[in-house]
Amino acid sequence: MGRSTLHVLKGISFDVQQGEMVAIMGSSGSGKSTLLNILGMLDVADSGSYTLDKEPIKNLDETKAAIYRNKFLGFVFQSFNLISYKTALENVMLPLYYQKIGRKDRQERAQKFLEKVGLGPWATHHPNELSGGQKQRVAIARALVSEPKVLLADEPTGALDSKTSYELMDVLQTINDTGITLLIVTHEKDIANMCKRIVHLRDGVIVEDKKIKQVRANSYVK
Amino acid sequence: MLNRDRWQEMFYTLRKNKLRAILSGFTIAMGIFIFVLLFGFGNGLKNSFEQFFLDDSTNTVFLYPGQTEKPYRGFKAKRRIIFKNDDLTDIQQNFPFFIDYITPQISRGALVKRGKESNNYTIRAVAPGHQYAEKTIITNGRYINEADVQNKTKFATIGRLVEKDLFGNKPSLGEQIDVGGVSFKVVGVFKDEGGDNEERLIYIPYTTRQRLEKSNDRIDQIIVAFRPELGYAGAMALEKKLNSFMRKKHNIAPNDRSGIYVRNVASDLKETQKFASVLQLIVTFVGLGTLLAGIIGISNIMVFVVKERTKELGIRKAIGATPKSVVGMILHESVFITTIAGYIGLLTGVGTLALIGDSLEEFFIINPYISTSTAVIATLILILFGAVAGYIPARRAAKIKPIIALRDE
Repeated sequence: MGRSTLHVLKGISFDVQQGEMVAIMGSSGSGKSTLLNILGMLDVADSGSYTLDKEPIKNLDETKAAIYRNKFLGFVFQSFNLISYKTALENVMLPLYYQKIGRKDRQERAQKFLEKVGLGPWATHHPNELSGGQKQRVAIARALVSEPKVLLADEPTGALDSKTSYELMDVLQTINDTGITLLIVTHEKDIANMCKRIVHLRDGVIVEDKKIKQVRANSYVK
Repeated sequence: MLNRDRWQEMFYTLRKNKLRAILSGFTIAMGIFIFVLLFGFGNGLKNSFEQFFLDDSTNTVFLYPGQTEKPYRGFKAKRRIIFKNDDLTDIQQNFPFFIDYITPQISRGALVKRGKESNNYTIRAVAPGHQYAEKTIITNGRYINEADVQNKTKFATIGRLVEKDLFGNKPSLGEQIDVGGVSFKVVGVFKDEGGDNEERLIYIPYTTRQRLEKSNDRIDQIIVAFRPELGYAGAMALEKKLNSFMRKKHNIAPNDRSGIYVRNVASDLKETQKFASVLQLIVTFVGLGTLLAGIIGISNIMVFVVKERTKELGIRKAIGATPKSVVGMILHESVFITTIAGYIGLLTGVGTLALIGDSLEEFFIINPYISTSTAVIATLILILFGAVAGYIPARRAAKIKPIIALRDE
């Protein structure tokens, strides 16, 4: 790792209301993933402020960040990031383990969320027995099980074909309908159009921020 | 540590990663096993060493006559010095407060026969005190006693192996044996921890030997045992006094090196103990070396384990694991594995030592053992270092930002 610094984000300011579904778009290197990582407290901004649910997020030590992440945020990654030696159900149970919730309760809640993403019968399968779309849905269930305020998705459909992508977006839209705020980093136009608002980034600045008419994914599915 | 969930999570993780757990456990078990074995062998070596050097009494002074090399008081050089019975009585009378017992020793080789069996043995003609000087242990019958010496009896006390050679498994007590043409009655059988040679001896009264040799009163050597309470300094003083007393009596120049020889077991013992402590040092060194190798092994494994799990730890962090819980998880696992594996290694090591027992006696390893405290401390050290070795990479892993851990290759 070199010592040279690169300013990826150069002054970004925007608000997201509860229940919004925002697509963050931009070509690679535009800083969209960095933005998401800062929002997800996986990374820290050099300067600026970040308020989540009226709470200023600052001076985070690792422990505090972990607790915030666990309580407020859910993550979905492009490469799923499931723990390979755990079954689907156990993967979904894991965030609750860190909330120190009893095993029985964990199991019930995880099962409920797996059913929500349509994977109830797959609970005992390991990630390598699942398709890409199924894995991502397990990841979504895992992100949701702790009932976060915000779901952050970094290229959630990046590793999926378009049919599976639409199915996944359908799931995400359904989740958004329940009032959970969604931020999705993507560079696919059709995926962005399934959100309610698109933020365009280029070279670390917002070049466009507009509300759009949401395209429902279920019109493509079936 | 008492959190049931954490144990469940740990057992689950271990079950799902059996190979990793077994491999790292194996290294630790191996480390402890080798440590126990080497340490035990070291102790075994020390045991046989002690058996070689420390099986005789340590409160004895040996006097041997020699040949003068200097003329003295009108006597020519190259005069052969001969000890006689009156030397015994003179020493006894002049050093009554120092002496525990005194015994002569006349050694002769002889062909010993009994029925069709025969063999050559060393016959030692002695007084009763000799039993204590050699730490001879009577297993059957008795040793040569004062009455034997007075009456010049033809009684013999024979070594365990002499009995075995000549009598097989039959009892020898009361039987006659032919010692160089003279018939002796076996009155006792002994064993000696100084090894086989010391059990191929036959003891007879010294007066009997003298009578057989034309009724002379010559003595080969004199063994004087001083009272143990004299201590090392007293023993050295007695040796000096005995030396000058005997030189005066036999007209040997005080600076004549070969007229008379005095060997003090007490001063020999000092040397021996020095050697023993060096041996102890080597054993300890070997032990520490093995332990160090074990620690390095564990450290390597822990670094590898944490490295392998970087991504998993990143995921765990992203979904809410605090750094403390990450470190705790890895430590919990590593301490658990080292404890179980260390215990297994300890048991197999101690078991193997017990199994080996005295079977390596020809390699000078007798009764290899490791004291419980040494073994337990070694295991605890390994567990502790296993924890430390796990802690360092675990803390680093806990510090890594999840995005870095989660980055695709």
